[in-house]
Amino acid sequence: MKYAYYPGCSLHATAREYDQSTREVCSALGIELIEIPDWSCCGATSAHSTSHLLSVALPARNLTLAGKMGLDIAVPCAACYQRLRYAQIELDQNEGVREKVAAVTGTVYENKADVKSLLEVVASLDPEYLKSKIVRPLDGLKAVCYYGCLLVRPPRVTGFDDPEDPQTMDNLMRACGAEALDWGYKTECCGASMGISNEAITLKLVRDILQVAEKAGADCLVAACPLCQSNLDSRQTHINRAFGTGFKMPVLYFTQLIGLALGIEPARLGLKSHFVATAGIVKFAT
Amino acid sequence: MPRIGVFVCWCGSNIGGVIDCPKLAADAGELPGVVLSTEYKYMCSEPGQNSIIQAIRDHRLDRVVVASCSPRLHEETFRKTLARAGLNPYLFEMANIREHCTWVHNKEPEKAQVKSLALVSRAVAKANLLEPLFPSSIPMTKRCLVIGGGIAGIQAALDVADAGHEVILVEKEPTIGGNMVKLDKTFPTLDCSACISTPKMVSVSTHPNITLYTYSEVAGVDGYIGNFEVTIRRKASYVDHSECTGCGDCQTKCPTKVPSEFNLGLSTRKAIYIPFPQAVPNKPVIDAANCRYFTTGKCKVCQKICTTEAIDYEQQDTVITEKVGAIVVATGYQLFDWAAAYGEYGYGRYPDVVTGMHFERLVNAAGPTGGKIQRPSDQSEPKTVVFIKCVGSRDPAKGKEYCSRACCMYTAKHAHQVLEKIPGANVYIFYIDVRTPGKGYEEFYQRTISDGAVYVRGRVSKIYQMGDKLVVRGSDTLLGRPVEVEADMVVLASAMVSSSGIQDVARMVSVQVDKDGWLQEAHPKLRPVETHTGGVFVAGSCQGPKDIPDTVAQASAAAAKVCGLLSREELATDPMISTVNQAICTGCGLCVPACPYQAVELKTITERIPGHAPRERTVADVNSGLCQGCGACNVACRPGAMQVKGFTNDELVAEVDAICL
Amino acid sequence: MHINLTAVAKANAGFLERVKAASGQDVAQCYQCGKCTAGCPVGYAMDEPPTRIMRLLQLSLKDEVLNSNAIWLCSTCATCTTRCPKDIDIAGVMDSLRIMAKREGRIKAVRSIDLFNDVFLGSVRKYGRVHELGVGMGHNLRTYKPFKDADIGTGLMLKGRMKLLPSKIKGQGEIARIFNEVRKLEEAE
Repeated sequence: MKYAYYPGCSLHATAREYDQSTREVCSALGIELIEIPDWSCCGATSAHSTSHLLSVALPARNLTLAGKMGLDIAVPCAACYQRLRYAQIELDQNEGVREKVAAVTGTVYENKADVKSLLEVVASLDPEYLKSKIVRPLDGLKAVCYYGCLLVRPPRVTGFDDPEDPQTMDNLMRACGAEALDWGYKTECCGASMGISNEAITLKLVRDILQVAEKAGADCLVAACPLCQSNLDSRQTHINRAFGTGFKMPVLYFTQLIGLALGIEPARLGLKSHFVATAGIVKFAT
Repeated sequence: MPRIGVFVCWCGSNIGGVIDCPKLAADAGELPGVVLSTEYKYMCSEPGQNSIIQAIRDHRLDRVVVASCSPRLHEETFRKTLARAGLNPYLFEMANIREHCTWVHNKEPEKAQVKSLALVSRAVAKANLLEPLFPSSIPMTKRCLVIGGGIAGIQAALDVADAGHEVILVEKEPTIGGNMVKLDKTFPTLDCSACISTPKMVSVSTHPNITLYTYSEVAGVDGYIGNFEVTIRRKASYVDHSECTGCGDCQTKCPTKVPSEFNLGLSTRKAIYIPFPQAVPNKPVIDAANCRYFTTGKCKVCQKICTTEAIDYEQQDTVITEKVGAIVVATGYQLFDWAAAYGEYGYGRYPDVVTGMHFERLVNAAGPTGGKIQRPSDQSEPKTVVFIKCVGSRDPAKGKEYCSRACCMYTAKHAHQVLEKIPGANVYIFYIDVRTPGKGYEEFYQRTISDGAVYVRGRVSKIYQMGDKLVVRGSDTLLGRPVEVEADMVVLASAMVSSSGIQDVARMVSVQVDKDGWLQEAHPKLRPVETHTGGVFVAGSCQGPKDIPDTVAQASAAAAKVCGLLSREELATDPMISTVNQAICTGCGLCVPACPYQAVELKTITERIPGHAPRERTVADVNSGLCQGCGACNVACRPGAMQVKGFTNDELVAEVDAICL
Repeated sequence: MHINLTAVAKANAGFLERVKAASGQDVAQCYQCGKCTAGCPVGYAMDEPPTRIMRLLQLSLKDEVLNSNAIWLCSTCATCTTRCPKDIDIAGVMDSLRIMAKREGRIKAVRSIDLFNDVFLGSVRKYGRVHELGVGMGHNLRTYKPFKDADIGTGLMLKGRMKLLPSKIKGQGEIARIFNEVRKLEEAE
């Protein structure tokens, strides 16, 4: 399996551990990732809040770069994934937009590279194959999988899993030996996009998610998006201060947990750079 | 001594979940006359009924008491069970321990247990006194009267006539067709109302089994199911319809113009007139109140012009009688008089505030404007049209409490027609709910929104004229903000109310009128076209507001019931009716006015007592065809000569004693 | 004051059509069931929650819509879009409204969000990728709260998760061209 890898801006900075663990896990599972040379930002929420054309043109450049590689794209970041998918669909179906994008990028788009989320890529492996690779099963770990918004919504754009009760991550966690708890906040918004501009709202949304996770009896939250992860992880001190709560809920990337189960050293999975300590979770990998 | 079997039903958890059924059965076993008392999960089920039959045989039971639900639900069921076991079906009594006990006392099971035993004791006490009863039979007149020639009456008449029975159709207007034939297009399919109703009107007039009396009214109904005698008053039309060819010259030459009823005053007609070109029968009548000859004694233009000498100023009202076995009442609806009630909408003084029916005429290609939507005030084309729903409906203070059911859809249709016919028109529809329960209805409503109609949720508070605009002041409750629209025309979806003559018709056929003025069906769900008077059926909007599909469906249902009745040679009557013990009847006659069905009358009998000279005496007599077993005569009777079979005084007293002593 | 619907329709003629053209959505189809508001994570903080935005649009109440804070607070999570029984892409409509509001200079309601977008896109335009530290600091400086989230920033830096200096891609010129051409094309429209 070979993919054009689009890490996105976060994975080169605030989400380095996602990048690290992704590369480690993929290499252990035989998924070859080739970073798209000179990829650029997808524009994220800011672009589609400012100009529809810009929000398609920015991803279009990356789609074209990947198309030249002759590979489908694997995208770890949920926001990048959704924007790239959206652009792909829009360019494919809307002729007017396609022409305008050609005008502003100077390149005619050809629909050659399909966009897949990293979660989708890993989940497409044969489950038996994945299980055969597990050397340190996460027995006894109770995890709640958090998909957030952009991985599953809107389904017209994403579509690889159910928007109300997705299971992809849950199944991967089960394959790793952990217990994936059923809970009600799998796809509730964490407000990451407003973390900087409107923290009060973000704190409330994160607080609600942590509360439901805690009540479900989770040892940790599992994320598949750098924005969700850092939002849920780094704001717990602020939340505890604002609401008088005492959250200490570790928030891990699904790649980190799979990495642990595959027997990869925690240090190589970036498990030391979290805000809420992950040592308690690492212990489950036996 | 009777041998009574008591059968307690759990009705699943309806009864069994509240009281202790085995205990109730055990306690009932101690009651006098009871030789067997048992219980079962569902007594009405096949195994439940079979267990009753088996018990009757095994224990030689001759009376059966079932303690379960309401007799309205399963009395018939269990009577048939008894018949299957070879027992007279009237040796059966039911104790309602569900509706009367466990449903209402489910929070206090101990008290419910006590009450249920009291109810069973009552039933057992009565069962001890039950006598076998036998239905009698009455002959059947195989003809049907249909009152009202709107679409309901037309459909019912055609269905019954097609089944091979004679039908008398009576319509008070000069033509049949009713309200439907005035409509333009019909929702949700937008087929032309006249195109689908006038062929049916023609079928009525040409059907060999249908006798049509237009310009006629039912003046009296005597008799009972299978044997009604109907008096019909035929108003003088002053035109001999057997001579008239319907050429129409008379109405062309007639000098007197009056507002047209058919066009709701939006145009005029003559004093001698055919209401509209497709009228059935297509023959004129003279409106004597407005005719120049009748009011001044001079004119006779119509008589002079008529080549067939059909005009007959001497014609008189005639009265005829017809015998029928069944009656279908289909007297329809009229529109609520909104102008008398709604001062805030101008009491009718703004000419451009009209009703939906006016709009139907305005938009109708055969209407007074040739189908051009125009304001009545200046014949200009309105650019902004406001529709207001629930005018008189759902308004207990000024109008009616009920929903008129058809307005949401016809308003959507009107909006669609405005947007279709007037380019660039703005349509606002003020509503409190949008109700679209019909096939294709919601889709039609959504289509109207796609056409561009703006729905505003909120009642309109006031309309006032400002220059040539009507300012409509309402509120958008979804926004929580008051809004106003400067309209060129306002269309009110005024409530449907029952026709003005409904009280008289109801009295003649002995059918109750409900609190809203509609005819009362026998059961809202299970007997929707029957009434409490045997042989009298209801069809269409005389029973409640309805749209055309529902009206036609109900009319066909009524026709099916009529056909079922007329297919029989004779009728079995319910044996639970009044009977007179003439030996103790004093002939006081108090029972006669007490009877709501005119079933009791006084008669003279000759008594022959050995040793005495024969003597004549007045006593009461019950017509078993008319009696509905209501018991009013029984209450009025001082010597106790009147008894309702199955509800005798002794039985009733025993029941009261069982509960109270 | 009563809203004069006739006058509003006249004054804002074409507004609804523009929203439709920009978003591809027919808001007239909304039947005000309230499901979007019911599921909106930010609805509690909005002056006009999504259902009312739809209603205001239906009546062409342009000012109320474009001046609302709701169109800025919308997190574009698309829960509304996913669940709308009439299949209206409400989040997409919100996008279009934000864009319209910005072009008309109506950004007072929630200035910080618009500012964030500016700073974010400024970074993209300049380097081809987002420099997260630069965006966070830039936003803080322009909202006059220089130390907001400083603890999180420091934490990220200590954990080696924050790059001090932006990295510029080779094709930065292509990105700048995209920005320029988009602006030209949209200004021409």
